[in-house]
Amino acid sequence: MRKLYTCCLLLISIMMSAQTDIDALMMNKNNFCFGAVYQYSSWEKYWEGTFKRENLNLGTVSTKGVAAMCAYGITDKLNFLFSIPYLETNATAGTMKGQKGMQDLVLTVKYIPFEKTVDNTTYSLFVLGSYSMPTSDYTADYLPLSIGLRSKTGTLRLMGDVQVRNFFTTLSAAYIKRSNIKIDRNSYLTDEIHYTNEVNMPDVMNFNLRLGYRSNWLIAEAIIDHTITQSGGFDITKNNMPFPSNTMNAFKLGLNAKYTLKKIPELAIVGGYNVVTEGRNVGEATSFYGGLFYLINFKNKNNQDEK
Amino acid sequence: MKNNIKKIVFKSLLLLLVGLGLIHSCNDEITERNDQFPKLNPTNTDALAGTWKPYLLTAPDEFSIDVPVATNTPAYTREINEIKSFQVSITDEQRNIINYWSVGSILRWNEIMRTLVARHNRPPYQNEDGTYPAPSPANPFAYPQFPFSNPPYAARAYAYVSAAQYDALIAAWHYKKLYNRAAPYTVDPTLQVLIPKSTLPSYPSEDAVVTGVTIELLKLLFPTEIAYVNKKAEEEKLYRIISGANVRSDIDAGIILGRKVAAKFIARASTDGAGAAIGTPAIWAQLESQTAAKGEIPWKSLEKPARPPMLPLFGKVKSFLMSEADIVANRPPAPPTTKSDAFAKELAEIKKYSQDNSRKHLEIVSFWADGVDTSTPPGHWNAIAAESFVQQQYSEVRWARNMALLNIAMMDAAISCWDAKYTYFNPRPCQMDPSIKTTTGVPNFPAYVSGHSTFSAAACAVLSHFIPAKKDEYEAMATEASNSRMYGAIHYRSDCEKGLELGKKVGGFAVARAVTDGAE
Repeated sequence: MRKLYTCCLLLISIMMSAQTDIDALMMNKNNFCFGAVYQYSSWEKYWEGTFKRENLNLGTVSTKGVAAMCAYGITDKLNFLFSIPYLETNATAGTMKGQKGMQDLVLTVKYIPFEKTVDNTTYSLFVLGSYSMPTSDYTADYLPLSIGLRSKTGTLRLMGDVQVRNFFTTLSAAYIKRSNIKIDRNSYLTDEIHYTNEVNMPDVMNFNLRLGYRSNWLIAEAIIDHTITQSGGFDITKNNMPFPSNTMNAFKLGLNAKYTLKKIPELAIVGGYNVVTEGRNVGEATSFYGGLFYLINFKNKNNQDEK
Repeated sequence: MKNNIKKIVFKSLLLLLVGLGLIHSCNDEITERNDQFPKLNPTNTDALAGTWKPYLLTAPDEFSIDVPVATNTPAYTREINEIKSFQVSITDEQRNIINYWSVGSILRWNEIMRTLVARHNRPPYQNEDGTYPAPSPANPFAYPQFPFSNPPYAARAYAYVSAAQYDALIAAWHYKKLYNRAAPYTVDPTLQVLIPKSTLPSYPSEDAVVTGVTIELLKLLFPTEIAYVNKKAEEEKLYRIISGANVRSDIDAGIILGRKVAAKFIARASTDGAGAAIGTPAIWAQLESQTAAKGEIPWKSLEKPARPPMLPLFGKVKSFLMSEADIVANRPPAPPTTKSDAFAKELAEIKKYSQDNSRKHLEIVSFWADGVDTSTPPGHWNAIAAESFVQQQYSEVRWARNMALLNIAMMDAAISCWDAKYTYFNPRPCQMDPSIKTTTGVPNFPAYVSGHSTFSAAACAVLSHFIPAKKDEYEAMATEASNSRMYGAIHYRSDCEKGLELGKKVGGFAVARAVTDGAE
């Protein structure tokens, strides 16, 4: 019941981290889809450790940008996805200059090892493997205005999806291994000063639950997302700027929608909104995005039936 | 059907395993530069360092220590037995302690201090009413903890600790020669020795003298860190005994001597004017009004809420090498008035830097920023010095002497630079043109002259004197550190250039002392 105009749909953007495609949707074999998404995220308050505060010397901190994305159905059960964003940051108060540039390329392979329909209910299991890497020499050590964290990441996600008629729920968990990064300084403080330009980045776990309605033309869903930095991270010290290897936890709630035009079924419009409601060393960010996707079937242009 | 499910489960597990395997094959080990330093094995023991010129001691034997027991007595043999009893089974943790400390006592304490400075280099968070609390040495644990080790505080702290270590080691070298008690491994050749052997007499232990003097000064300078400091001190004492370098009485005498010398420096620190450097609201207002009275635009804090200027009276702190008259005589001429064309040109140059998106410039800005949570620019130069000195294989006393000259020069740089800043009280580029955006935090004090430039040129002058072969390297670093402040759009060119000139002159005082202190 995952369907044909399904295309790179839903993005999560954890503060600074690359977008990840974690919906339970697959492209059919030989379908290719590409698109662009604009996103805007901003916060005024943030958590310095557990202390929620504003900072008059930053004002509102925002990240905006455009991501180019595409997906390809290698088989009905195996998809390949690609995304790359251009981002710009800004602070409305204080003197600090915003940054801009190409951020991280994300390559994802999505596979369904199991899928079964009993009566009206379809059960599916997905495995996703992602790799990300920075595509420009942006600096990570310029938080909260750096455009990313520079870490190369390897992500393994397990996802289960249950669909009853047009209603579904998707639950997934991911482990994100992050490589060390290099910063411009040759020493930095965690608890003691380290005399190196290399920073050990703690790994991250992510849990994601989605509930909603899914048909060929419309997908609408609510999301709960929880990102938890694993051991090795530390808190922003009082009245200080963040550091790339800080613990960055975020609990988010969001809404997503995708609408496929009946007149031009190759074209889909996506949009979404989410808020961080609880966090640690992250901004209390409100984000929205919107984009367009276009689908091409390389094999058979008319093969648009439901499977 | 069942078979099918089995196949699916098997395939999924295989995928998972491959994925997990890939994830865990990455190696996250980081090698830090100071873990690579070689064990200290001085090429010259500086046996006559007891005659070098101290800073505050009136004579090397101003403070006495007990005559040591002779090495042929049963009491001494019992001390040797203590070493042997430790050596029966040395734990991995003890080996780590030995490897850490055998690189050198002055070096390791200098590193520890840089960590303490960085941990406390945090400007306080504002009160509800928009004022700022000040750290209090009388109540150091209350927020904001004492101290706020900003660059002037840090420069002075490094100088006191280094100078006190140096004076204490002069006394130690004096007594080593006077009592001439052989090292335990010389007395008992069967003893295992885990570090390079020294031909120096071992009473009192140089490591213990350094520990004794340093912990007392750190109690004054970083009172909330006493437990951390004491743990390090205990490890160092243990290292000397387990490694076979010292017997217990070498250590005990060293600690006592170090503590006595520390008292002299602590007494000086309490009367050098640093305690009053923060000023008062009346003084802050007066700085503004007297600058306005001269027809100039006074400096304003760009922070919200506005923060009082950093240590406006630090220029009045008592220097080790410069008189008040020296400081006035070396004060740079006034910066271009904000009404002049020269100023407009300088401002335009900085605006240009603020608009270039040069990644190279950003890298230089970050590399030299040395802001909040770092060991400050003086700490950065201590790290540069330390990495040079480990290649030189200095004796502990020469390490101390060179670090003292370096850090006294940088304390004088802080005094002279702060004197200029609060004499002229001029605005930063982004105060004059709010469209100028910076790539590092704007320091909360006047612009002229640049602290980074003054510190760097002073350090460069002193280090180039010690290691002339590296003069070009040090000069390139000082210039880059200075330029970084223009690239970051927080300083004008004249701040940087005049800062470098001032630093060079100030460094000259330390160099002049270096050629007459008996060590060259």
